[in-house]
Amino acid sequence: MRMFLVALAATAMAIGGLATHADPETDRIAFQKYYTTKFPSVPRDDFQNGIYSIDKVSREEWMEIEEFPPYELAIDAGRDQFETPFANGKSYSDCFENDGAVRGQYPYWDAERKEVITLELAINECREANGEKPLKYQKGKIAELSAYMSFMSRGQKVNVVIPTDDPDALAAYARGKEFYYRKRGQLNFACIDCHGSGSGNRVRSEMLSPAYGHPTGWPVYRSKWGAIGTIHRRFGGCNRQVRAASFKPQGREYRELEFFLTYMSNGLEFNGPSARR
Amino acid sequence: MIKKTSFFALLASFLMLLPGTYATVSADEAMVAKGKQVALDRRKGNCLACHMMDNGPLPGNQGPPLLAMKARFPDRAKLREQVANPLTFNPFSIMPPFGLHNIISDDEIDAIVEYLYTL
Ligand code: HEC
Ligand code: HEC
Repeated sequence: MRMFLVALAATAMAIGGLATHADPETDRIAFQKYYTTKFPSVPRDDFQNGIYSIDKVSREEWMEIEEFPPYELAIDAGRDQFETPFANGKSYSDCFENDGAVRGQYPYWDAERKEVITLELAINECREANGEKPLKYQKGKIAELSAYMSFMSRGQKVNVVIPTDDPDALAAYARGKEFYYRKRGQLNFACIDCHGSGSGNRVRSEMLSPAYGHPTGWPVYRSKWGAIGTIHRRFGGCNRQVRAASFKPQGREYRELEFFLTYMSNGLEFNGPSARR
Repeated sequence: MIKKTSFFALLASFLMLLPGTYATVSADEAMVAKGKQVALDRRKGNCLACHMMDNGPLPGNQGPPLLAMKARFPDRAKLREQVANPLTFNPFSIMPPFGLHNIISDDEIDAIVEYLYTL
C-alpha cells in the first residue's frame, strides 16, 4: 500500500500536481504540456483524433474510412429518435435546446445535486421525466442519440468548469484524478501508465494513444465492436483488460473520471462521433 | 492433481532412465521449453506484449529487448525478482508483478528464468 501511494504521488507530480491538493487549472496546464512536449510535431488541435494524431500508419487507413464514415447510420438513427415524440407528446427538444447541439455543456458539476452530470445521464433523465424507460448506457439507442447530438455540436469547445469555491466539486475532481493515476487489476496498470508515460509505445503491434484529446470524439464506432459505443463502455474495456473489475456505466466513479479527463482536454473541440479500430 | 512441473520432472527423470534419449531431453531442457511456453502464452507471461525477445512475432516496445541475459543478469535472484515483482526495483514499473499478483505460479516463474538464460 505504501509503495502504491509513493508511486501515485510521483506519477502525479510528473504529470501535474498531487491528487490531495487539487488545483485543477495547474493540473490541466501541466497535463497538456506533458503531451505537447512529448509529441512536439503534433499540432495541438490534432490531439482530438486520438491514436491517429501520433500513429502515421494507421492515420492513412483512418482517413480513408472517414470518407464513408461507419458512424453515419448511427447519426441518422439518432436523429429519428430525437425527432420522434414521446408517448406524452413531448420530445428530446423539450429537454435539450438548439436541436440537441449541447455537447459542449457536458459534463458539468451540478452544485445542488452535488454530482457530475454527463450527456448520457441527461438523456436518460429526460426520458424518465417524460414517462419513458431509461436506455442501456453502453451501446445501442443511447449511443445513437449521443452520436446525433455530438454531430450537431461538432466544433463546440471543451470547456468544463470546476467551481474552485465548491469543496464538493473539487473532491469529485480529485476522485476522478485519483482513479486515473491509480494502479489496479491483477496486471497492475494505471490509466496513466498506458496513456501517459506509455503513449506512443506499442503493446504488441498496437500503439497507445495520448490521454490529451481522449474525451472529445465520442461516441465512437469501433471496428472491434462492429457498432457505436459510449465512452463509459471504453472505460469498462480498459479496466477489464488489466484484469480489474469494471464499474457501472454512468455510476459515480466513471462520471467523475469523465469529469477529470474532459477537464484535462479543455480548449480542444468536440468532434464526435468518430471511427476507431 | 499432478502439477505441471512435477509432471515434467517426472517425465525428465523417466527419460533419463532410458539410454539414448537422456542426452537429448534433460530436465533443464524441459524446464526451458516450459518457460518459453509460459512466457509466450498471451494469458500468462505475454512478455512479447512489451519485449522484443527470441524473434517472437509482433513484439511491443514498452520494455527493453531481452537478450544476452546471462551476461547482463549474473545474479539469478535478481532476474527472478524482476519477473516476480518488478516493483522491488522500480515502484513505478508498468511491468506486471507476475509473482506478487499470482499471475503465474512460482514454478512457472522458475521456468521462465531458466528460459531467459538461453536468450
Ligand atoms: C494496458 C494498457 C491500458 C490501460 C491500463 C488503459 N488503457 Fe485505455 N486504451 C488502451 C488501448 C490499447 C487502447 C486502444 C488504442 C488507443 O487508442 O490507445 C485504449 C483506448 C482508450 C480510449 C479510446 C481513445 C480513442 O480515441 O478512441 C480511452 C478513452 C481510454 N483508453 C481510456 C482509458 C482509461 C480511462 C483507463 C483507465 C481506467 C485506461 N484507458 C487504461 C490501453 C490501455
Ligand atoms: C506491460 C509491459 C511488460 C510486460 C508484459 C513484461 N514486461 Fe518486462 N519490463 C517492462 C519494463 C517497462 C521494463 C523496464 C524496467 C522496469 O520498469 O521494470 C521491463 C524489464 C524487464 C527485465 C529487465 C531487463 C533489463 O534489461 O533490465 C526483464 C528480465 C523482464 N522485463 C522480463 C519480462 C518477462 C520474462 C516478462 C513476461 C513473463 C515480462 N518482462 C513482461 C515491461 C513489461
